[in-house]
Amino acid sequence: MFRQGDSRIEAKRKNTINPKRKQFANAQYQQQEYPFRLSIYQLPPTADITLEQFEQWAIDRLRILAELEACSFRRRTGPETSDHMEPLLKKYLPLNANPASGVVEDFLKAERQKDHYSHWILRLAFSKTPELRERFARVEKRLFELRFQKSYEEEKQAFVSSLDFDWETVSVEERAEFAEQLAAVVPRRSDLEDGFWFKVDWERVPELVQERKVFLRRGKAYVPAREQISMVVAEFTTRLEKALEQTARALPRMDEDDRLMPILDHISKSFAMPDAALADAETAVPGAPITHSTIDTLARQHFPMCMKHLHNTLRKDSHLKYSGRLQYTLFLKGIGLSLEECLVFWRQSFKNKTDDQFNKEYSYNVKHSYGEVGGDANRRGKGYSPYSCQKILTDAPPGPGQAHGCPYKHFAPDSLSSLLQANGVDDVTVLKGVREDVVQKRYHIACNRVFEWSHQAQLKKVKNDGSWTGTDLEVIVHPNTYFKRSYLLKNSVKDADDSDNMET
Amino acid sequence: MPHSTMMDEDQTMSNPLPSSPPFASSIAQQAPDTFDSSPRNEGNGNEQVELEKLFDDNNLASEDEFSYPTSSAITKEISNLTIPSSSPLPLPAYPAQIESGSRFSDPDIMLAFYRRLFPFRILYQWLNHGYKPSADMANRELALTLQGDVYLRYQSYAAPDLLRKDILRQNPARFEIGPVYNTNPRDRKSLHKTSSFKPVAKELCFDIDLTDYDDIRTCCKGASICLKCWQFATMAVKVVDACLREDFGFEHIMWVYSGRRGVHGWVCDKRAREMNDEKRRAIAGYLGVVLGSADKKINIRRPLHPHLQRSLKILAPYFQKDILRDQDPWQTTDQTDRLLKLLPDQALSQALKKKWDSAPGRSSTSKWKDIDSVASSGVSANLDEKALLAAKQDVLLQYTYPRLDIEVSKKLNHLLKSPFVVHPGTGRICVPIPISTRKDGKQDWSALDDFNPLTVPTVIEILNEIDAWDSRELANQAQVMDEQDSSQNAVHDSNGQRQDKVPDFAKTALKPFVEYFKSFVADLIKAESRSLKRDRDEDGNGEAEMRPESMDF
Ligand SMILES: [Zn+2]
Repeated sequence: MFRQGDSRIEAKRKNTINPKRKQFANAQYQQQEYPFRLSIYQLPPTADITLEQFEQWAIDRLRILAELEACSFRRRTGPETSDHMEPLLKKYLPLNANPASGVVEDFLKAERQKDHYSHWILRLAFSKTPELRERFARVEKRLFELRFQKSYEEEKQAFVSSLDFDWETVSVEERAEFAEQLAAVVPRRSDLEDGFWFKVDWERVPELVQERKVFLRRGKAYVPAREQISMVVAEFTTRLEKALEQTARALPRMDEDDRLMPILDHISKSFAMPDAALADAETAVPGAPITHSTIDTLARQHFPMCMKHLHNTLRKDSHLKYSGRLQYTLFLKGIGLSLEECLVFWRQSFKNKTDDQFNKEYSYNVKHSYGEVGGDANRRGKGYSPYSCQKILTDAPPGPGQAHGCPYKHFAPDSLSSLLQANGVDDVTVLKGVREDVVQKRYHIACNRVFEWSHQAQLKKVKNDGSWTGTDLEVIVHPNTYFKRSYLLKNSVKDADDSDNMET
Repeated sequence: MPHSTMMDEDQTMSNPLPSSPPFASSIAQQAPDTFDSSPRNEGNGNEQVELEKLFDDNNLASEDEFSYPTSSAITKEISNLTIPSSSPLPLPAYPAQIESGSRFSDPDIMLAFYRRLFPFRILYQWLNHGYKPSADMANRELALTLQGDVYLRYQSYAAPDLLRKDILRQNPARFEIGPVYNTNPRDRKSLHKTSSFKPVAKELCFDIDLTDYDDIRTCCKGASICLKCWQFATMAVKVVDACLREDFGFEHIMWVYSGRRGVHGWVCDKRAREMNDEKRRAIAGYLGVVLGSADKKINIRRPLHPHLQRSLKILAPYFQKDILRDQDPWQTTDQTDRLLKLLPDQALSQALKKKWDSAPGRSSTSKWKDIDSVASSGVSANLDEKALLAAKQDVLLQYTYPRLDIEVSKKLNHLLKSPFVVHPGTGRICVPIPISTRKDGKQDWSALDDFNPLTVPTVIEILNEIDAWDSRELANQAQVMDEQDSSQNAVHDSNGQRQDKVPDFAKTALKPFVEYFKSFVADLIKAESRSLKRDRDEDGNGEAEMRPESMDF
């Protein structure tokens, strides 16, 4: 799938999925036809894509999978998940049905190619360990299920009949023989009369068996046509699981391509905690009055727990150690605090230091973080980027006297509980949920849980009046997103409690 | 799982018996295969340590696994026994007489039981699914509960003799059977990653325990049972067994008395053993009915699923006889109120309440009939007959449908007590209930219908039976020996051990159970080799080679 020519890789063009681009029309290698929207990804990709596409497509799919996984962690219902995912899918992984004409236009092929390739790239990335394979298969199954459910009936039928599933159809004679039993399985008469039945080994439809939605006889399940989604999904999962094991065995040979392995490696790591590249997410809120004097209020109202903890520690000790200063400074830079304001902020916070000490020992770090000093690269890049949750979670944990890191990960359960309660999170269910999340190592889910709880009224409002859509409500994986979302929520909900207005 | 100390094979007592007090050594002298012929330390008392303490220190034990004197603790247990004063010394190969006061888990009793009665070879073949040692058994976990409640997990045995020897050496109070792993469980730590050590197969298991029926059984509570409430177990077995055979197509299902107040089911078909947790959950869900509580109705979809229709048919006669007549569950006002709450029509319920309040002592059977007769008398203007019928079905299920401890069935890596071990509380042997399949393919339930848990032999009874048999035999032999050469009456096995022609189990009440187990295992192995052959060779015909002679143990 990956062209060997170096020229192609060095051409760091920005790739967009543009249906008019020639590359899709004139693929030199075998271009697959993609007659159906849905796929069970049997065939590996054969055409070329650029390294950038390789990475971008993988990241886009990863976002979707991570989001889906988060939905199940949060125990969202099927319809809730579907509503939540719809805008995200449209944005990152659109997949449209064939038009009435039946002609598969180029833009449809392009969508399907991205879907196809990104699936295969992630297969490579996630086939390494049994845990990753299992997780990948689980979320891919959910994605497939979601899309299958959303398909038109004719589309489903055409797709299913295109697959070579060896499902036995129950004969008319047999249907007559077990008429009574079959009638007891389907709730409506119409289903019994015009639907046809499949007969498969019961192991292929465990979910239907569990719910007693099939008739069982000597190890065979009689499945009504309307339940075929379970069979398709089961088939999808079984094949994917097998394919992943095969991929795992083939993986060592991939080492030869040293351009791909680092990308795959990075992708598989970020599955544990999707990395929010802040490229497309401006975290600062234009026009917001963010100065050294408003930080106290902002911290109370809008900062995630990691930053609240840093802020409170700073206020308590009038000092923060290096790692904490760096994490906090970059965050403040991210919310839009200017360098000048930031220097004032730190100067006032370090009460016990003289001006001289401050200028000698601390101001340089702050300036460096903003890209004001340091080497060319640092200046050009405007200093470091604010830390994402992934970075905070994977960097060195805080030692004694240090306050950086992620409280959900780095605090003992009881200390975390006290910290949350000290910051006003006193709901028993939320605290219990956080405790479970933390046990499961889903630190970002715990953080999102607290966010949703503390903003529940506002979230309800913006969802109800439709002013916020799914893309605005993706799982938070960056402290600055936490801030921005909290801030915007507060300010877009007009009748929010005025008493703790940040302007005061 | 009953255990007080979790431990693992780091603390395995893999060294041979280092010291041996008089009792044990006398056993060893008479029965050379019992213990390894390792150096024995007569009467060594210095090494004796509390068993629990020994195992507390993980590091110590794991650092020096092979020389750690763990076995001395066991022998201490043995040496501490009070030997019946009537026994002449040196002792015979097993305690000749057991005083009525002996505890069931007394190590000497257990040791005698394992030595003379426990069907190790059949058990091995059962778990091995063949006569030739295979990974099915070599990678299978057994967990031993030693005297003193130490729980020893991840034991495994590559051959039947190893199993027997180790059980004799460790002399556990009981042991449990776990899954087959992808590698030998004793080697699990040497794998590159512990995460790659995983269970791959195990029988599908069921656990029916009468304490789960406490809210509806009126005859007994808690651990005690009688023949009346045993019927709950009987009907549960029939419902589950029918479902597993007719719906899932399983054939090799063994039901084992749990030794006190329950039954364990073992589904041994290859197809069942290879199920992952998802499939086990599916079966558990299919069989499970969320029964109502005192104030909550049972909730099942209508029309009734074929499995529930069949279950109703099986359960209806039990409901009449064992519930209405014998349990008589609606005597007090509280009990009748509970019944009335389950009915869908208030006017009907009120009329019934009035009727029953004025007739104290009316039997549950009559009350059940009253529901229909009062309903048809027209007390309720808008009686929904369909709803009433459904409610009556719900009541029937509420009082009869199997209450399974479903956790046991859901997980591949759940451990369950082995058949034929001794229940430490009752001393009864966990015998399989000899249910056979008739020629027409239907189950012959007579063994289950006649099964009386209160007369299941105890370990002491059967040990005494051997004694009785042997002394009878000795008397007979004395006569015979006058006439012919005595050497013909005994055979020697390859170890030179003297073996009676009649195996010990056959001298006891254990005989029908062991024979049933043997034939169950033979059937299983036959099916197994047939499917193996099918796998190997698509058009294979003819039986795979069978070695029934190796069935002896
Ligand atoms: Zn009873």
